[in-house]
Amino acid sequence: MTFDPSYKEQGLKSVGTRPLRPDGVDKVTGRARYGADFNMPGQLVGRVLRSPHAHARIVRIDTSQAEALKGVKAVVTAADLPDQSNGDAATFAVLDNCMARKKAMYDGHAVAAVAAIDASVAKAALKLIVVEYEVLPHVVDVDVAMAADAPVLDETVFTTGVEPAPKTPSNVANRSEFGHGDVEAGFAKADMIVERNYKTEQTHQGYIEPHACVANCNSDGTADLWVCTQGPFVYRQVCADLLGLDVSKLRVTSSEIGGGFGGKTHVWAEPVALALSRKAGRPVKLVMTREEVFRASGPTSATSIDVKIGAKKDGTITAAEATLRYTSGPYAGMWAELGAMTSFACYDLENVKTVGWEVVVNRPKVAAYRAPSAPMAAFAIESAVDELAHKIGMDAVDFRIKNAASDGSKSSYGPVYGPIGIGPTLEAAKSHPHMSAPLGENQGRGMACGFWFNFGGQTCVDLNIGADGTVTIAVGTVDVGGSRASLSLITAEELGIPYENVKAIVADTSSLGYNDMTDGSRGTFSSSMAAISAARNAIQVMRERAATMWDISVDDIIWEDGHAKAVGATHDNLAPLSVADIAAEAGNTGGPIAGHSELVADGAGVSFGTHICDVEVDPETGSTRVVRYTVIQDAGKAVHPDYVEGQYQGGAVQGIGWALNEEYVYGADGRLQNPGFLDYRIPVCSDLPMIDTQILEIPNPNHPYGVRGVGETSIVPPLAAVANAVSNAVDVRMFHIPVSPPRILAALNAQAKG
Amino acid sequence: MVEVTLWAGLRPLADHQERVMVEASTIRELLRKLQDRYPGLKVPFKNDVAVAINGTIYRDDWSQQISSDDEVFLLRRLAGG
Amino acid sequence: MTSIAVSTTINGDDVEFLCNADETLLDVLRNRLGLMGAKEGCGTGDCGACSTIMDGRVVCSCLVLGAETQGREIETIEGMSEGQDLHPLQAKFIEHAALQCGICTPGFLMAAKALLAAHPDPSEEEIRFWLAGNLCRCTGYDKIVRAVQGAAAEMRGAKT
Repeated sequence: MTFDPSYKEQGLKSVGTRPLRPDGVDKVTGRARYGADFNMPGQLVGRVLRSPHAHARIVRIDTSQAEALKGVKAVVTAADLPDQSNGDAATFAVLDNCMARKKAMYDGHAVAAVAAIDASVAKAALKLIVVEYEVLPHVVDVDVAMAADAPVLDETVFTTGVEPAPKTPSNVANRSEFGHGDVEAGFAKADMIVERNYKTEQTHQGYIEPHACVANCNSDGTADLWVCTQGPFVYRQVCADLLGLDVSKLRVTSSEIGGGFGGKTHVWAEPVALALSRKAGRPVKLVMTREEVFRASGPTSATSIDVKIGAKKDGTITAAEATLRYTSGPYAGMWAELGAMTSFACYDLENVKTVGWEVVVNRPKVAAYRAPSAPMAAFAIESAVDELAHKIGMDAVDFRIKNAASDGSKSSYGPVYGPIGIGPTLEAAKSHPHMSAPLGENQGRGMACGFWFNFGGQTCVDLNIGADGTVTIAVGTVDVGGSRASLSLITAEELGIPYENVKAIVADTSSLGYNDMTDGSRGTFSSSMAAISAARNAIQVMRERAATMWDISVDDIIWEDGHAKAVGATHDNLAPLSVADIAAEAGNTGGPIAGHSELVADGAGVSFGTHICDVEVDPETGSTRVVRYTVIQDAGKAVHPDYVEGQYQGGAVQGIGWALNEEYVYGADGRLQNPGFLDYRIPVCSDLPMIDTQILEIPNPNHPYGVRGVGETSIVPPLAAVANAVSNAVDVRMFHIPVSPPRILAALNAQAKG
Repeated sequence: MVEVTLWAGLRPLADHQERVMVEASTIRELLRKLQDRYPGLKVPFKNDVAVAINGTIYRDDWSQQISSDDEVFLLRRLAGG
Repeated sequence: MTSIAVSTTINGDDVEFLCNADETLLDVLRNRLGLMGAKEGCGTGDCGACSTIMDGRVVCSCLVLGAETQGREIETIEGMSEGQDLHPLQAKFIEHAALQCGICTPGFLMAAKALLAAHPDPSEEEIRFWLAGNLCRCTGYDKIVRAVQGAAAEMRGAKT
């Protein structure tokens, strides 16, 4: 049956309510099983040996002593993960990141791994592996890495996107450019111009659950992987590619996931665990330590961003330009390009140009982190926009409203927008009581906007109707924040049955067709689309079964309020049949009743948010406290408003941490100095006020209920909102995130000296 | 004919043009004809492209219809978190 | 390595186990006793995901040696509900959507239980400082604080 995903306004009974989540009891009783909570008979403990050097050639690895240690069952190096990438650079990068081949590219880069009967033997074995390194000059800073005299990480990297193509290798992997109009002509018309350099430091997603898996490779070529991941089907494909396994023989089961935020969209030690198991002939459990998570799993880019914006006295922006330099770790990604695309997406600009520079450095391979690359760009742009508003004497919100993109605006990344939500979030901010609340001493208020591309993708759902009329749905998108509740609500709505009658589970890769990952804010958007489609297919089957039971034409049967109803003058004395009535007879009307859907959910639509932040800065210490915070964002339709609010609040607080405290600190030796939660400080409960939320509901035309992804956008505005608030509190502009106490004190001292 | 705008990275692969005209009624036809004309586009089209039609970005649904007055942009396929 | 024999009380039951001298209470709970509700988020006492209650005090079980629990009373998340009846904190955490991924939840519940035992009517500030040793990366803490307030009110017999 052709599925029509277009939005239709209708009265909703389940969608928009706040029932208890189906996985709640398991999670409050400690019974929910996460990555490290699974064991197999005869399982070994896997441990990884990591480079202590930021950049070093691996001259020789001698594993003989480790192999000889009693209790050691396998030792693997890059030789056990042969290159099967067939020249595909992205696949090779994943492989090389899992296990260094010729060079260790960052402090923490895996060089060997062992599987042993227990943790203490495994640890002892790591100490017996002899690695001879030739230490090479390293570079971790993005601007330094771009300099002509910087040590070159990879002799095969020649900048793409520049003409003529360079003849010598460098650390600059790619140049990308977006925009339209003539920025020079635009700046010539400006009455006031702000031009600044901004820097942001590298942060980590900081999920509380370290990467963990249990891998089992059997001698018959079949394999199992239990793992915490945002994308079991993607992990299956990548692991099969790297190990040369048949995709269908590798079964990946996603555990409950203890946070991901993008960091569990990439494989890290999973292929290594599979290689260990293959070599040892036994299951291997591999759990990263927190230190390993920081040193060797994906952080964001560190950035250096130049922004220039010009405006007329009346507040019209005449031109805007940004040059964005993003670190990508040792392997090129598209992080700078994403930053360049999102930079000015909130605004309607006649002349705009953004240039992204992708820079390789001796830091861990960058991974996606919630709206990847957008928060740093937004920090730079929204700081400059704020300063410009201030300079021309205009209210910061009014200035943004005057220049906000709307239906028909040409976006800074190219296409023309349809109806979008930036204007409504700004208007909501302007009239929000937070905006006019009085401020105390040393307090300041800031606001900022944010943009993110949401997306959909390949998705399927199996819906099965039990003999009693209750329903299970098996979905392939991992539940990272309550999606089993929202998908059950959507299914209940479409079938017309109570929420309590629907149970959602996340299927493993052998039980359901391929699904893209839970990323791009797509979990509820995409899987609800497939759930609606599957429910409509099941309804079609139930109408047919009702026709059989009544012995009338299926064309005379409609589906309404969870019942098959006969229509037409000849049938109106037939009592409606419920799902349970039809299910009870299923065995004699054609067998089990199910609905399936395999589809591509496209048309997710772009997303906007506006945040308001009040801070109090202690001028003696530079310490900053967020005292009030408000998130305003368009959800299209909030399926389970509690979990929409949760996404808004969680993203905002991650952004607050990025703005105030979180950063990777490298020593002169290129080693990470703060690989733990004590020194890499994420926000704690006592740092924060309540996080107020305002959900706008402007229906997404490309979803039956108007749903929009809500997961990522909330991390985009906070960096600038906090920095703008600090600037307004102590009257110094902050150009470097995080605005930690030392940076604020330095700025205050510089200001005092004049 | 549909006017298609290429992202900057694609232009060197398409005779340095920013905009090209293609006779196509779906995304699939558009991409096929473009890579027939410019074989260098095959690699980025394999798994690195998204298509914006009047501002709505499509990453997978190549059956989407295109009409001649639509605004069509080729964009890099994005990563999410 | 010579194992140490330990007799202790866990969730009211007498428990005996053998452990190595360098094994933490968290290792013992998870690897020897099958009590996997306490989670290892850091192993260094920074995240609170392994919070348990020892003799009435919240401890990070990754910082307590298994051998140290000789003769002590340990409470873990597995002992929080009575049969099928959830503790008010557990019920309120679900009701207030105070968890997303849920990995930090057992630790928060143990810490909050100890808080309410010591302070039945805590202020928001007291809740926030008491729970400052437990990290949550999903929720921004807002709904966690509200859930604790809700449970405190219910346990005091007041209307929420």
